[in-house]
Amino acid sequence: MADDQTTIAVHHTKPVLDVRNLGVRFDSHIGAVRAVRDVSFTLEPGETLGIVGESGSGKSVTSLAIMGLLPMPPAVVESGEVLFDGRDLLTLPQRQMRKIRGGALSMIFQDPMTSLNPLLTVGKQLGEVLAIHEGLRGRKARARCAAALDNVGIPNPEQRLAAYPHELSGGMRQRVMIAMGLLCNPKVLIADEPTTALDVTIQAQILELMQRLQAEHGTAIVLITHDLGVVAGMVDRVQVMYAGRVVEKAPADPLFAQPMHPYTRGLLASIPTLEGSPGKRLFSIDGQPPDLADLPPGCSFAPRCTLANERCRESEPPLELAGEGQGVHRRYSACFELDRLLLDSRASLPAPTNSAEEVQR
Amino acid sequence: MSRPLLEVTDLHKHFPVGHKGIWGEPAGYLHAVDGVSFAVERGQSLGLVGESGCGKSTTARAVVGLHPATSGSIRYEGNELVGLSRRRMLPYRRKMQMIFQDPYASLDPRQTVGSILTEPLRIHRTVKPRQRRLRALALLDAVGLNPRQVNRYPHEFSGGQRQRIGIARALALEPDLIICDEPVSALDVSIQAQILNLLADLQERFGLAYLFIAHDLAVVRHLCQRVAVMYLGRIVEIADRDELFENPRHPYTKALLSAIPVADPVVERARRRIVLEGDVPSPFNPPSGCSFHPRCHLRGEVEGERCSTEQPHLTALAGAGRREASCHLVQLEEARVPVGG
Repeated sequence: MADDQTTIAVHHTKPVLDVRNLGVRFDSHIGAVRAVRDVSFTLEPGETLGIVGESGSGKSVTSLAIMGLLPMPPAVVESGEVLFDGRDLLTLPQRQMRKIRGGALSMIFQDPMTSLNPLLTVGKQLGEVLAIHEGLRGRKARARCAAALDNVGIPNPEQRLAAYPHELSGGMRQRVMIAMGLLCNPKVLIADEPTTALDVTIQAQILELMQRLQAEHGTAIVLITHDLGVVAGMVDRVQVMYAGRVVEKAPADPLFAQPMHPYTRGLLASIPTLEGSPGKRLFSIDGQPPDLADLPPGCSFAPRCTLANERCRESEPPLELAGEGQGVHRRYSACFELDRLLLDSRASLPAPTNSAEEVQR
Repeated sequence: MSRPLLEVTDLHKHFPVGHKGIWGEPAGYLHAVDGVSFAVERGQSLGLVGESGCGKSTTARAVVGLHPATSGSIRYEGNELVGLSRRRMLPYRRKMQMIFQDPYASLDPRQTVGSILTEPLRIHRTVKPRQRRLRALALLDAVGLNPRQVNRYPHEFSGGQRQRIGIARALALEPDLIICDEPVSALDVSIQAQILNLLADLQERFGLAYLFIAHDLAVVRHLCQRVAVMYLGRIVEIADRDELFENPRHPYTKALLSAIPVADPVVERARRRIVLEGDVPSPFNPPSGCSFHPRCHLRGEVEGERCSTEQPHLTALAGAGRREASCHLVQLEEARVPVGG
């Protein structure tokens, strides 16, 4: 498109998205809730980065901060930069942010029922995106919208433009969300739990669709999920979050083959699998995640960690280079007891893929 | 084998929808559960799996009487429950308890934990008033919570802890059967493992039987000895666990198993996934013939229009594991086996 003002020449050597030392806190009546602490990552053009974590780990807050969608107040961005095309999105005026959001940088949300407007037809909502970002209206816009629906596998796209969200099934609504997210050929798509609300057979359809569209358009994707299975099949690199911090960061294959943080290891081992011997105890991480308003002084995972010692409880381990990987294979872990973990994992924890059940507490 | 603890035969549950005029007859019926049969043995677990809208939760609710069954039979230790009055049902209610999916919605926010746990004891009068509080403390201990938290309110607990309270409440009346309706699907992975371990421990300790409703096949595989797969109100395949997971026969079971993402990139890349087309059809307007045929990846294998015109029935298959499947193709395969060796 000739009139696409937001597009700036792509430098393939440079990351499309560069998040540095992001920190977000929420001021609430129970005190400051530190939802995201010192989160940094880069996203290369066309790559998929998985952000994994459980509820309250800060993964969604990270994405909302990038998109400039945090409610402020109560949210406060304490620190950091979000560099997109060389500009810091955190300091960008709202007017300019609006031009980027939904255009070159777009997002799809978990629940397509609450994130689509129930009062507007699908066509109207898709059309709005084109009107704002490309100034396209009328018949041309309609044709683009229909093509976008066709592209995500919605049958009879012309007729579906007149449908309201409630007339579509969950899977179809999520397809509409994806069509909307990709309408302006974004460079970066942030997908926050895109398949969590869907049934497995529909999830398989949506994941396949996302992979196909990424291959066609070269969109870089940040996939946020709690489901390690979804991550395994979709992403190039993974970063694991716990209590607002990144605790491990690695390419997907080595991360799953040999996790380098006790939390990642526990998480992988606690998933019931379709292989291996069933009916035995699952490995489980005792206790529960810490209160973000009252974090323990040292490593946030220490209270639940079997390897934790005095040092872990007193000071917070930094995210540091771990293992021998070079270049893109580089791995990072935030654990003081990494050496013991690696020894221990060989000794007592079998490979997480098939025999997690055999682990005794 | 002796009489099963719970035996459900040809259970139907139809919900009226719409009205002809204001006071008129219902315009139609939604067949949420359409002829479901299964049995749960004492001390064993049966998993009921399927996607949203397949009728698994309605089946569970019909068993405990939260939705009265439209027709069919539900026998508890041989005693028919369908058609019993509320009063006559009460003793059976005590023997069958339920754990719900949402630990936030299933506990009364205005009752303390102690009050929540003693309420069933008050209603059924199984424990003397003086001993009720002691029982509540013992229950908390049994589910791994601190008995000192007995005076707290549900909002003071995390999701996993609330689910433990829900489990303690279900144990209060010393039931034989617990119906678990998606008990871990609202929980985080690390907490989910704790709850699954707890359920397994309690089963062993108290000899409980579970009717375990879930959409996650891996969870069901972990906990259940026998599994039934539902699609659009019917059971399409039922078998012992290992038979079902190692050698699924019904095309829907195959697709469901292959759709589950595995947390291992190497396995994920090597796997060939069956991606079903389309959505689960509306139960208001179920497809003709086999209700799975519009999405079935194997429907071309059966000659003619059989799949789209003739409804297959659940029939016993050869081999171990007392397995049954309802599929024309599987029946053809079965017929071929003796000939081919």
